[in-house]
Amino acid sequence: MRRETGIREHAKVVAKLASILALVLASSLMRPSAKASNSPTAERYLSPIEMALSADGRLIYVVCQSSNELRVVDAASNKVVSAVGLGRSPRGIALSPGGREIYVSNANDDTVSVVDASTLKVVRMLSTGFEPAGLIADRTGETLYVANRLSNDISVIDLKTGAESKRLLAGRGASYLALSPDGKLIYTTHIYPNPGTWRTSPKSELTIIDTTRQAVVERRPMHNVAGVFHVTLSNDGKLGVAAQLRPKNLIPLAHVEHGAVFGNSLTLFGDDVGGMVQVPIDELDRYYSLPWGVVIAPDKSRLFVTTGTSESVTVIDIPKLLGYVHVRREPFVNDLSASANYVVARIAVGHNPRGVLLSKDAKKLYVANRLDDNISVIDTQTNRVVSTIDLGGPKTVNALRRGERLFYTANFSFQGQFGCANCHLDSTIDGLQWDLEPDGFGKDIVDNRLLENLAGTEPFKWNGGNPDMPTECGPRTEKFFFRSQSFTDNQLTDLVTYVYSLPNRPNRHRPANAELTSAQERGKAIFERTRAKNRKPIAEENQCGYCHSGPKYTNQKQIDVGTGKPTDRSPVIDVPQLVGISDSAPYLHDGSAQSLEEIWTVYNPQDRHGVTNDLTKDELNDLIEYLKTL
Amino acid sequence: MKSRIWFAALALFVTVSLAASAAVAAIDDLPRFRWENFTTANGLPDNHVFCVLVDGNRIWAGTDNGLGLYENGAWKTLRPATSPDQQGIAHQAVLSLALDKSTGDVWAGTMGGLSRVSAGRIDNFTQLNSGLSNDIVYGVGVLGDFVWTATAAGASRYNTRTGQWSLFNERNTPMYEIWTYAVSPAPDKVYYAVWGGGVLEYDQVTTRWKDYNDPDGETEMVLMKDQGLIHEITTSVSYVDKILWIATYFGASRYDGRYWHNFLQKDSGLPSNFLSQIKGVDADRAWFSTDKGLAYYDGANWAVYRPALDTHKPEMLVRDAEGKVTLIPVDSAPSHNYILGVDFQGDDLWVATAHGLSHGIRQTTSTQVSKK
Repeated sequence: MRRETGIREHAKVVAKLASILALVLASSLMRPSAKASNSPTAERYLSPIEMALSADGRLIYVVCQSSNELRVVDAASNKVVSAVGLGRSPRGIALSPGGREIYVSNANDDTVSVVDASTLKVVRMLSTGFEPAGLIADRTGETLYVANRLSNDISVIDLKTGAESKRLLAGRGASYLALSPDGKLIYTTHIYPNPGTWRTSPKSELTIIDTTRQAVVERRPMHNVAGVFHVTLSNDGKLGVAAQLRPKNLIPLAHVEHGAVFGNSLTLFGDDVGGMVQVPIDELDRYYSLPWGVVIAPDKSRLFVTTGTSESVTVIDIPKLLGYVHVRREPFVNDLSASANYVVARIAVGHNPRGVLLSKDAKKLYVANRLDDNISVIDTQTNRVVSTIDLGGPKTVNALRRGERLFYTANFSFQGQFGCANCHLDSTIDGLQWDLEPDGFGKDIVDNRLLENLAGTEPFKWNGGNPDMPTECGPRTEKFFFRSQSFTDNQLTDLVTYVYSLPNRPNRHRPANAELTSAQERGKAIFERTRAKNRKPIAEENQCGYCHSGPKYTNQKQIDVGTGKPTDRSPVIDVPQLVGISDSAPYLHDGSAQSLEEIWTVYNPQDRHGVTNDLTKDELNDLIEYLKTL
Repeated sequence: MKSRIWFAALALFVTVSLAASAAVAAIDDLPRFRWENFTTANGLPDNHVFCVLVDGNRIWAGTDNGLGLYENGAWKTLRPATSPDQQGIAHQAVLSLALDKSTGDVWAGTMGGLSRVSAGRIDNFTQLNSGLSNDIVYGVGVLGDFVWTATAAGASRYNTRTGQWSLFNERNTPMYEIWTYAVSPAPDKVYYAVWGGGVLEYDQVTTRWKDYNDPDGETEMVLMKDQGLIHEITTSVSYVDKILWIATYFGASRYDGRYWHNFLQKDSGLPSNFLSQIKGVDADRAWFSTDKGLAYYDGANWAVYRPALDTHKPEMLVRDAEGKVTLIPVDSAPSHNYILGVDFQGDDLWVATAHGLSHGIRQTTSTQVSKK
């Protein structure tokens, strides 16, 4: 009996232990992984991002960013009829004036693929600046203009010779172009704001090129504007529209409930409005986030705007809009009640809608749903999606794509204000410094960081406060940023999977397999030196390679290198990875260093951030040339 | 015998007459100008004008107190920003200017860095925020994708496509003085005037540097005329049609790659040996900015334009190839005799002086009209 009891009790204990173990196992299985998990399958998604209509209006050319293709859709049957291989990460598309040639920029190859529209074959490749995006041919068809996002300029390419004839200075993140109907001017927008004085309102610019002189003739400032996306003009040339974000990064992010994070808006320009007029598209309690693609109906009756993280298209009545602009006179971009006067419809579409175009007769609106691999077809009379064009991508949705959809949606934030992609534009940065913490104005300012190749760089946050990516993306993002608790564990795992999947972009300062230049070699020696120029040993913890060690050039520790500001709660800063550093200006935790040079010429007076004050100017230049290769 | 004497006399008379008429014609070919002068009274930012740049119908004047832009009959002034929301140039004292003819961007060397003015936007490059070697930028030149600067601490080259800065100084060139004063870039060669260090030549193909100094290596100046660079205290270089024109504080030089020809006040039409700038028109012709007037050389004859040093009345002096000096009556002159720089576009000449900016509007003489 006692033995039976003992056995029973023993069994009970075992059962209890087993149940505890099962619970532990189950909970551990449910917990979002700190590492890249659910390694994505080999499915190759398409990611349609931009579109163009053939000259006769019968074909839709669709740039597929992930599959590196141009897919061709028959507009009558809504079927894919052809596919053309392109370079890596194609981004923008334009046609020659007669439509005989199709030009597609390849962002990761710094090239343009020229496709013969009749044979649908790539007939030649053109060289551009760093990370080409939008492009447009002039009216004569002799010159192609290409906006280069990473080199912040515009390639002017002679289409007869195929050679780049000149490079025009643009703003930071030059990305999209529009030709005036008379062919005289090209308007350029930028996804990043121009560098400016630290802790001042961001400013972008509308860069205007005279196609006769092939020179920039005007730069119209866009105040309080950071990301600017598609730009278009009405057929009469009197109304220009650019989609944009107005970040409110100078005040603490604690004011999400007051809409103080982003203003989703448009800039209007042209004779119809006089100067530059900014108008909101949000509502008082609902936001239409990341306005991206814009198209104006030929009769100038309506304006269609894709909102990239709100999965919708906003339809604006242009006569009402212009009437309201003329009545209001004073700036009203922060008055979210204004949109009710001109927004006439919101049309739900797919995940991350980007490129948008109208059919020849303007009866159909096509919207590229980047993360659904399809195109929504909208009846412009009824403002309803009437069909969906399947571009032929994988039928399953894996963790990577689920994570990317989560990254590119504002649905988890309070009133749909913003998603991860609002600050990490195209999964990069926004070029801004944010006042994130609710500790008063101007305290603990932090610079936005790149998300590329993050595995092995934990912990996260500039003070290293988040030990792993689930903590960074989960509680920090959903609770603090979004004011929600909406991610499930599986969703969080998917999101982490996506973020960890982001690769480094090609390094333009050291092409693959290229040897270091002599300047870069000299810089490497400085980076690795253990003695100062007076031959005295440099303390190990003050050598570059001590903190910036390992494959990502971070020892993953938090260290005070004297860069803290009186407004920082602590001067102890997480050691940042250096891979891709040339793409991520400004620098230091708070973005106070406008350039790599300033890290040492301005912010290292005591040699605490490495011993650099014994370097000559040319040696510092060499060090910087080396850092740009990482 | 008598007839032979007569014949010889006739031949001599004809020769002298032809020579005289040729000299008259040559002198008559020298450019005449009507001068329009600008000072602060009519909108110039400051009367001390270091440099001038002509870009179509836009005139840029680098002054002691701002960069002036003259366009459509009005002056606009760019100065350093006075608040974080403003944009401005790196320093109010603008020492040098260069035009990127391809893009229309203007580069300004200042006492506080290098500024780029591009369709109204200004970007500043300093020794703190960029790889620029020093903030005192005496000279700037643009060629293709590269911006070359002459600074108080050596030379810099900025690659506008990659953002790379390359510095050239005593550690990697024969530059034993690092006070570079002017630069003249060309597709084959880039020349630097190094104050106290002669001239440096950069070969764009071989990427090698070569220096031109006092030939004897001891006295800083040439001892025998035309033996080499006239003096090591060089202030300006201008490389045109494979000819290098050099200005120094002690005369000027012309170098064709093999032979030197030096110009001094005592043996040329130079009004002074103190030169601030030289600007070649072509292989034979050049403008010389001296402290005693603006000089022009057409390969044989000289002209000097200035307010007379004593009376300050407008003056044009011509010295022909034979050394004969003629005073040409004129109604106007540059605003001051202390000339700091010139730029031209066709026949349109702009002159920076120590007291005002002058616009030389080419006038045609009756002889020139008849030749046309």
